[in-house]
Amino acid sequence: MGEACAVIGVGQTHYRSRRNDVSMAGLVREAALRALEDAGLTFGDIDAVVVGKAPDLFEGVMMPESYLADALGARGKPMMRVHTAGSVGGSTALVAAGLVQGGVHDRVLVVAWEKQSESNATWALSTHPPLTPSIVVGAGGYFAPHIRAYMRRTGAPAHIGTLVAVKDRQNALKNPYAHLRIPGISREMVESTPMLWEPIRYLETCPSSDGAAAMVLASADAARRAPNPPAWVHGGAMRSEPIFFAGRDTVSPRAGRDCAADVYAQAGITDPRYELDCAEVYVPFSWYEPMWLENLGFCGAGEGWKLTEAGATALDGDIPWNPSGGVLSSNPIGASGLIRFAEAAQQVRGLAGEHQVDGARRALGHAYGGGAQFYAMWVVGSDRP
Amino acid sequence: MPQFDSLTADHALEFPGGYTRSVGPVIGRFLTELRDGRLVGVRTAGGRVLFPPVEYDTDGTPVTGEFVDVGPECTVGAYAWVPRPRPGHPLDRPFAWALITPDGADTAMLHVLDLGVFEAGAKPPKTLRAGLRVRPKWRAERTGTVGDIESFRPDVTMINAPVRADYRLSAGRALSRFLGGVAQGRLLGHRCGVCGKVYVPMKGMCPVDGVPTTEEVEVPDTGTVTTFAVNNIPDPRAPDVPFVSAYVLLDGSDIAMVALVAGLPADEVRMGMRVRAAWRPREEWGQTMANIKWFEPTGEPDVPFDDIKDHL
Repeated sequence: MGEACAVIGVGQTHYRSRRNDVSMAGLVREAALRALEDAGLTFGDIDAVVVGKAPDLFEGVMMPESYLADALGARGKPMMRVHTAGSVGGSTALVAAGLVQGGVHDRVLVVAWEKQSESNATWALSTHPPLTPSIVVGAGGYFAPHIRAYMRRTGAPAHIGTLVAVKDRQNALKNPYAHLRIPGISREMVESTPMLWEPIRYLETCPSSDGAAAMVLASADAARRAPNPPAWVHGGAMRSEPIFFAGRDTVSPRAGRDCAADVYAQAGITDPRYELDCAEVYVPFSWYEPMWLENLGFCGAGEGWKLTEAGATALDGDIPWNPSGGVLSSNPIGASGLIRFAEAAQQVRGLAGEHQVDGARRALGHAYGGGAQFYAMWVVGSDRP
Repeated sequence: MPQFDSLTADHALEFPGGYTRSVGPVIGRFLTELRDGRLVGVRTAGGRVLFPPVEYDTDGTPVTGEFVDVGPECTVGAYAWVPRPRPGHPLDRPFAWALITPDGADTAMLHVLDLGVFEAGAKPPKTLRAGLRVRPKWRAERTGTVGDIESFRPDVTMINAPVRADYRLSAGRALSRFLGGVAQGRLLGHRCGVCGKVYVPMKGMCPVDGVPTTEEVEVPDTGTVTTFAVNNIPDPRAPDVPFVSAYVLLDGSDIAMVALVAGLPADEVRMGMRVRAAWRPREEWGQTMANIKWFEPTGEPDVPFDDIKDHL
């Protein structure tokens, strides 16, 4: 893995349907300044900037990183943009970590964002070129059949998705940055919302959010001088696979399993459910919690929904998933993966606030994207590896 | 009571040419500045800035001779939405009357707030709220009256950025061959020379083995639904909502294709259901998958889950 790397600063904007009060540049700068403040640094201390966001079609700005260089203090410094669809926030953090682990830089600023209010993600994901038309409408239209396949394969009862939709929104009430904050959220409330893409109900989907998140990643030397506790990177991995191939397991894609195996091996983890204290996992549709519980090896095949049903993933369960409220509560797509990584770091830094998992020492950050094709994961810990 | 039809007559009372008014030094200065496109207030003995300027403060003392530039940035206070303007109103479409306080002033002026174009009778827009930041829209020809300001308009907070990219898409060899087959009512695929899997439509390569594929295979237009979504969001390519988008595993193919399934109520579609392509009339065929309207049930018994579980 190379040199040690630590998170020494985290900054987030409040996530909202619309941030009409700021430009894209103003939005990313807000998150960046908060991360720098947490790290006790200024832009002048940063060696390189890595930015990430999902498809350019979402805002209609091509190569947005060029336009944002000034806002992120990147002039005269190495700057690059990462793009791996929905997993991009995670991949961006890992690219930045690589610059530290490779001994190239001491302090790297990572920023990811989305301003979904500038267009419509369902439109951008369903442009339908004429020779190869598809009748898949938006992300929900793509994922619904695979959720149905999971339910059939495991015999999971129909209310499991509802439990996740409630649990994550209850957690969001403890997170001041969360977009969806629904007091009194309940199963009845979720079940009373319409089916959009059966078996996915309205309140089982993520919101469309504007927002940005940022981190400062640092070498051991730089981390020693940071004012707040660091989160050390214990392992990081990315994997991808084609969207269509014969024999593909779309319910539990191999790229996800391989990515998890890699990151656990780096972190010396053999039993993630017992060796990790919490996880921030990319769950944009409620059913992806039990699906990823299995894909990420927290339980055997067909057992994920039982963990969810038993409350194991609740904030007071033995392996809390998405204490922040997760993607189901805030979804600035390009930033959503970085938020998972950053929230995992906040947990092991002991800085997660009201949604802090007591004594969390090791946490998983996870992101996926495309047709469940792109994966990025890291394990962070309070101890230097 | 007996009805009494009173005799009526119209009468306009208007002083010919309009009254003349001497405006005095304070209001005169205000109107002169308006004519030049500037907003000024006047300072009171107590230090407040009155806008629009008046000659005497509410406590009866004369104002000072000090005029203060205010605005042009202003803030909306109380307001009243006018959904159906009357004759004589300044705009012939919905607008708001609003108390408008320029930055630097302590008092407000009642004026017209123009929030854009609305149908007659429209409800007040969400943008109408106390605290809204606005600026005057000046008339090109000004004469020194309060009407030199046509209206106040919200600050620019949003712009429109139309983006369009024009493409010429090329199908390439494999897709051209496939769509050529569809134009004749045939479904063609390729068998991979390494793994033996059949891909319909063919891609000209195997995504698993990374090798070119050339061995052509024709498959029938029957297959099995492996899994599906019931879509309640309308789409121009679907006949109606709810519509079913399904993965259909054509007989002889190793990969399912996404297609509409219709011809039965959405809630009766099943995993494992046998289906056949419903083709449009032959005279409407072209080199397009639109030749197949959708897939509909064959009526055969469902395929057991074990037989499709490896295609999910």
